[in-house]
Amino acid sequence: MKNNEGQTMKATVHIMLKNGVLDPQGEAVRHALGALGFDGVQGVRQGKVIELDLADGATEADVTAMCEKLLANTVIESYSVEMG
Amino acid sequence: MHAAVIVFPGSNCDRDLAVAFEAAGAKVSMVWHKDSSLPQGVDIVGIPGGFSFGDYLRCGAIAANSPICRSVAAHAERGGYVLGVCNGFQVLTETGLLPGVLLRNAGLKYICQAVGLKVETSQSVYTEGYNAGDVIDIPIAHHDGNYFADDETIARLQGEDRVAFSYTSNPNGARADIAGILSDNRRVLGMMPHPERAADAGHGGTDGQALFRALAGALVKA
Repeated sequence: MKNNEGQTMKATVHIMLKNGVLDPQGEAVRHALGALGFDGVQGVRQGKVIELDLADGATEADVTAMCEKLLANTVIESYSVEMG
Repeated sequence: MHAAVIVFPGSNCDRDLAVAFEAAGAKVSMVWHKDSSLPQGVDIVGIPGGFSFGDYLRCGAIAANSPICRSVAAHAERGGYVLGVCNGFQVLTETGLLPGVLLRNAGLKYICQAVGLKVETSQSVYTEGYNAGDVIDIPIAHHDGNYFADDETIARLQGEDRVAFSYTSNPNGARADIAGILSDNRRVLGMMPHPERAADAGHGGTDGQALFRALAGALVKA
């Protein structure tokens, strides 16, 4: 959604490791939760959220191109883009 | 042999790599990441270890999109030689010049120690100074050296004799114990261990010398 008043809009990019790619950090967090007594945590996956402030007129296709070129490494990561 | 060593903000093995090239008889040019072209007549580009751009986003990701890396890719596509060590290996996977990616070490710890490396092939200008099957001692110093690629890529690397070095005792969780791989034309080598840190008697080991000597021997004719 474009902001009617300002010149900028936001895009949020969520980046996660693909299934099947070992996430040692997520595993470490899972162990730490277990050590704190939080039983029943079967798995933890850790990802990234990147917020972009974009000039008016930027499209989802632009953000997708940014993900493909730089923000995500599609060998191991998947991403999703949320505009607005 | 004329070698170019790329310097990024956060590179910290650039001088070591230059010294190793020079000791083998190379002329060395240091090239800043903002330069858009390599010096004339460069035979091999060295991408050094370190923490380019603070490892922000992903190790090597920002360096891989720097102006000089477009020239390095063009050099490789023309059949030029490229050696990436440690962070340099990460940069090469991020540029797509080598397949796969380097993940966080499985044990989550930064590891700095000498490791045993098995030379898997002597069929490259980098490894022809060794015999396949030789075990050499080379230091590693990394937090993200856990080589990952899908099953098909691992099988292709093995089938095409493109695994240059493997760990004799896997320190970081790397798939198939992979420590270093070659491109399909065998002219681009990426490796996590640091041969330039085992290239002088003062380093406590000289098992890396053969790599630089073999390179110089092969490229002097080029």
